[in-house]
Amino acid sequence: MSGWPSPPPYNLVGKHGVSPTFKHDDIARFNFLAQLNTHLAATVVPANATAYEKRVKPAFVAEHGREPTDRHEVRRAMLKDAHFQIWSALRRSSMELRQQNGREVVLRQLAALNQKAAALNRNSPQLKLDPTFVPPAYVSKVDFHCMPGGYVGELLPDDVGAAANYDIGIFATTAGGLGCYNDGAGLAVYEWLKKRCAGEMPKRILDMGCGPGHTITALAKHLPNTEFVTVDVAAPMLRFAHARAKSLGVNNITFIQANAENVPEPDASFDVVYTTIMLHETSNLAIRKIMAETYRLLKPGGLSFHLEQPQYAGLPPFEAFMRDWDSLYNNEPFWTGMHDLDIDQLMADAGYDRANMFQDRAVGVLDEAIFGKQKDTGEDFGRKAAWHLFGVTK
Amino acid sequence: MTTIQADNFDWIPLTGAKPSGKRPYFFDDPAVERVLAITMAVAQEVAVIRERLDTVERLLEKNGSITRADIDTYAPDPASATERADWQRMYIARVLRIVQQEIEAMSKPENNVDIEAQAEDLKRN
Repeated sequence: MSGWPSPPPYNLVGKHGVSPTFKHDDIARFNFLAQLNTHLAATVVPANATAYEKRVKPAFVAEHGREPTDRHEVRRAMLKDAHFQIWSALRRSSMELRQQNGREVVLRQLAALNQKAAALNRNSPQLKLDPTFVPPAYVSKVDFHCMPGGYVGELLPDDVGAAANYDIGIFATTAGGLGCYNDGAGLAVYEWLKKRCAGEMPKRILDMGCGPGHTITALAKHLPNTEFVTVDVAAPMLRFAHARAKSLGVNNITFIQANAENVPEPDASFDVVYTTIMLHETSNLAIRKIMAETYRLLKPGGLSFHLEQPQYAGLPPFEAFMRDWDSLYNNEPFWTGMHDLDIDQLMADAGYDRANMFQDRAVGVLDEAIFGKQKDTGEDFGRKAAWHLFGVTK
Repeated sequence: MTTIQADNFDWIPLTGAKPSGKRPYFFDDPAVERVLAITMAVAQEVAVIRERLDTVERLLEKNGSITRADIDTYAPDPASATERADWQRMYIARVLRIVQQEIEAMSKPENNVDIEAQAEDLKRN
């Protein structure tokens, strides 16, 4: 056994009713990628700070007589640095390999996968697709995380390919850190809600932007007496998420094709309205409408919260620059603008009282099925599933 | 993206489809990026062949003979998984050795003196 923890073998990824069939070499490709990403995170990423401190910042100071004042200045200077170049090129390459590997598994059996999902979805009143729905441009025009076709692309009838590809890659890109079933964020929300609600759990919860359904399915499984509704703009995601949840025995979620800016549910009809890692894939205008929609949909006294990475305000320019990499280089174009916004101001504009706003952390637990029982040392090996939480009550 | 029929579906070119948005190139010469991307794809396939060979060896050792189906359904026990992961880790350290050495040169400039200057110095002292 070597010193640095290796990523878990891909065989441990959780299987469900819309999992593709893997061949030996598919698994080996994901094992390689998990190990490559772990290597980059452990040894190549930290050296960006060394490059910045030892040569990029001194050269900037020599030229300008001052240090860089924001992440944009840091980025323009770092783009010329040989270490930043090789790390970024390797990271982009790793993302592209991941897409091709996942798409190979999914596309070669796409018709069969679509049929599996269709069989689980047939005549379900809990899957409400709208064939006339037009997804907003901020989703339909962007192939997020370099996924060709993005969330909404369809190749065959009843397509679930985009979601299936998303689903199978996460275990490799996060080295298992979100768990066998990618439920790290769902478990983080569950643990946080348990503390927040002190025994009396919400009766009706709206999730905005469920994607492949990892988070909402984990949460709904732990709250079997709560009624869940989710909206997403992408039919492939909704078909997959509904079928996956059914196959995992989770039946208390209704999946609706709709925009979070305009949810087809009555005013004051939810105890909780939340998003997880979704707001950064909208737009400056949309995020304001979404905040207003959360306010409209919440019952008086209801709770709204959003999980994201922390905002850039107050971060050292170098740290903000590093956190911004995915925005420009991994197709997350609103990530950079969203992390500059004042979320409290957005909530205030939507009608919420500033006195009811708070920020917190939501922390997932490492999956014991993968990592065994963890000693609570507080140490983070870069795998811990943890998010910043912006919360407010109505 | 337009919907196509399942019987008219050549999925291989679609696996490597370009995502929307202009691709970033990080090196001063884009040809370097092109060669790196090809090299990493080949590096991945070498790792895949090695893992397959390891699977064949382990199955043969245990069962004496194997089928291709055995290979596709093989799941390593924890000890075998650790050995395979350690091989992968060494493999990636090997492929990316020059990156490691450049990091060390940057981190410890005192160990990065110019050898010609050192040679001149040793001639004099």
